[in-house]
Amino acid sequence: MHLYVVPVIFVLAGLVFYTVLGGADFGAGIWQLIAPRGESGDRIRQHAHESMAPVWEANHVWLIFVLTVTWTAYPTAFGSIASTLSVPLFIAGIGIILRGAAYALRAGASTAGEARRIDTGFAISSVLTPFALGTCIGAIASRRVPVGNAAGHLISSWTGPTSILIGVIAVLSAAYLAAVYMAADAVRHDDAELVGAFRTRALIAGALAGAAAIAGLAVIHAEAKPLYHGLTTGGGLVALIVSVAAGMAAIGLVWFRRFEPARYVAALTVAAVVAGWGLAQQPVLLPHLTIAQAAAPYDTLVAVVVAVLAGGVILFPSLALLFRLFLTGHLAQSAPAAEPHPPHPGGSLPRGARPSVARLALAAFLAGLILVVFMDVEWGQLIGVACLIACVILGFLAVDPPALASGEEP
Amino acid sequence: MGLLPGVVVSLAPTHQHYLLEARQMQALSFTVHIPLVCFGIAFPAMVVYLEWLHHRTGQPVYRQIAQRWSKVMVALFAVGVITGTILSFEMGLLWPNFTATFGSVFGLGFAIEGFSFFTEAIFLGIYIYGWNRLSPRAHLLSGIPVIIAGFLGSMTVISVNAWMNHPSGFRLHDGHAIDVNPLQALFGNPYLWPELIHMYIAGYIVTGFLVAAAYALGRVRSGRWGRYERTALAIPLTIAAIASPVQVVLGDWISREVAQTQPIKLAAMEGLYKTTRGAPEHILGWYTDDQVKYGIAIPKLLSLLAYHNPNAVVKGLDTVPPKDRPPVNITRISFQTMVGIGTLMALLGVFFLGFRWRRRRLPDSPWFYRAVIAAGPLSVVALVAGWVTTEVGRQPWVVYDVMRTSQAVTNVPDLPIGYGTLAAVYLGVALAVLWLLRRLARAPMDTPPEAGPGTPRPGDADTGPAQAGAA
Repeated sequence: MHLYVVPVIFVLAGLVFYTVLGGADFGAGIWQLIAPRGESGDRIRQHAHESMAPVWEANHVWLIFVLTVTWTAYPTAFGSIASTLSVPLFIAGIGIILRGAAYALRAGASTAGEARRIDTGFAISSVLTPFALGTCIGAIASRRVPVGNAAGHLISSWTGPTSILIGVIAVLSAAYLAAVYMAADAVRHDDAELVGAFRTRALIAGALAGAAAIAGLAVIHAEAKPLYHGLTTGGGLVALIVSVAAGMAAIGLVWFRRFEPARYVAALTVAAVVAGWGLAQQPVLLPHLTIAQAAAPYDTLVAVVVAVLAGGVILFPSLALLFRLFLTGHLAQSAPAAEPHPPHPGGSLPRGARPSVARLALAAFLAGLILVVFMDVEWGQLIGVACLIACVILGFLAVDPPALASGEEP
Repeated sequence: MGLLPGVVVSLAPTHQHYLLEARQMQALSFTVHIPLVCFGIAFPAMVVYLEWLHHRTGQPVYRQIAQRWSKVMVALFAVGVITGTILSFEMGLLWPNFTATFGSVFGLGFAIEGFSFFTEAIFLGIYIYGWNRLSPRAHLLSGIPVIIAGFLGSMTVISVNAWMNHPSGFRLHDGHAIDVNPLQALFGNPYLWPELIHMYIAGYIVTGFLVAAAYALGRVRSGRWGRYERTALAIPLTIAAIASPVQVVLGDWISREVAQTQPIKLAAMEGLYKTTRGAPEHILGWYTDDQVKYGIAIPKLLSLLAYHNPNAVVKGLDTVPPKDRPPVNITRISFQTMVGIGTLMALLGVFFLGFRWRRRRLPDSPWFYRAVIAAGPLSVVALVAGWVTTEVGRQPWVVYDVMRTSQAVTNVPDLPIGYGTLAAVYLGVALAVLWLLRRLARAPMDTPPEAGPGTPRPGDADTGPAQAGAA
């Protein structure tokens, strides 16, 4: 395998993670949007919020990952895609603003009514964003994005049948993934009513997504012949078969209330679809631009691959920790609550100003000042900067704001 | 870079009528995002410090402040996430030629930033939602990666901006970057360190003064001045008070780096048209007809500041053709705004530190607290003015002396539609955030805040009377 292919694999893997994790976040918004009024609707909205709030930011970063790896490793392709598809990308961006704002504002809602207005007021973004991003994938897959600065048509490049189809599938699968996910979450909370509600929703959305995907093959056959050919031969065909089988298995698992495995199988479905797309389209990235031609110089590719692998070593254990904490409730039940924290006996703060530390801080400031201002060599300046940073820390210790604040009565 | 300007384009030549609107849209997006970055840099450290104080002393007031601040922190982080996402979209939506031509050079910085962003988001989630799910020690430790990621994130993003100001690590051939060495370009750049540390310290100053301003406002307006409020004011104010004078020294450092690597930016910052030996420094005034009018001139000061020699030659705008000169008044007024506010904040900081040294308590004068209230928003003005100075002062280049902003811009027509939409959406977000902050500030405490020092607060079951006495 060539080095220039590796970042494509990262990008596609990032897309899978974003679809599965970020998609569930938007899906939660969709269920909030169409939840019935009244108490049962409030419960659905609340559950959707609570399931997603701790993880949505981390889920969201997958999109940033996809963007940054693409523009580093395939800059020409990125510039071409982003400029031609600026309309749907802008719509997706506005949708992301609204979605994030809803999470932030939720913290200020003091009544169920306010929470409902925030959830539904912003939830339209949950439909807009996956749809718009889906149309972008469709535009690339149907070869409507030429190389160049906004060289493709600003509207028709992403409103072709394949784009609309993938946009719709993106919305439906987001809704499906979210319903499966929240059903699993409701099982954890022993809430039979919510389990039932989300199971029904998952089955409906899953059936619709599957139907759209199968009907979509006809659309792709009509509009994007090369893609269809790639999907029905060789590795593309294998991926297609895996995705169909996994999709049906996932719906079956939901039917039998096995929500936890259903999530992984659903993720496999998405992964197979994305892999199939990659296999069907390679070696072409954009019309008249192969992956090899689009790739950044060798040193950059090495740097990206090393950075992603090294980042992954930190990322995946951290993600596992986050999900273990909030999604399985494992630690929530076994760990002691923080509240009965034994205070250190007599653990008051050292009182009073500390003249020696203050003098040290002042000395560090003067040393930093002289070194930074009057040393014209770089190492001298860097030592000076280190002195200044030491001054900030020492100065803070010398001022001792907690003691300063404790000593005074209103 | 040895190449004629004008040929550096990977995609196609651009014909954008709305270049100014594109730049304004980018500036708007930065202006919204940058204050939130400050909170990302400094707030986690303050919250973790308070939690550590709680661990150390067992006094509930610290935990109470930490928990309330962490609610604000997560809300601001959420808004920072979305405004940051818009910035990364705009790399392609507004400047596709810039990214297409140089993504292979600078992109790595953002790719690494993506991972630090991941770490920040993951551990912030753990920290915020883990107050009652983790052991106290594990919870405190989970805040540490957030602080480190805040630094790494700023470092990688600033490394890209430093590269745009002082590009290296590649050669150009037919409009394509070749011989690319991304690590050299991003981290082997002498301009990185001054810019990074200047911004990082600014993060602490802005967060410190803004948070302190909120409690100063409470004191001046409604006399809320219990132990809780005093502590919540003293900690951020102390940080800002020490960091502000330090920032003056760092500012001197970075401006001398600018003098060396970007002489035309310096000339615009100072309104210096003619290359001058023993150049004067002008304070205030307006640049017109190739000179600063109505300003106060201090002879030879600019040469002295920039090169430590009163008779040094300072390059003027006349060293480059008019089409290579940045807009002078915007650059210069922004620079003077930053320096002016920075000086005032440093004086306020020195006053506070001197008062603490001599009287060993917090000042009483309402005028001091009014000054702190003013310092909050003014610090944001200084922050934005500083960014305007460096970004507008780099014009007409997006990559200094290599690629023009007009070559980088998208060919998409009707940019003003997007600009107007984004402006409206951001206005709504700003109003919503104000609403949210007021809501969070007014939300009832778990316990009454006026319960004086040492009184155990319900909800903090960990404090017995014995520990309360220690307060």
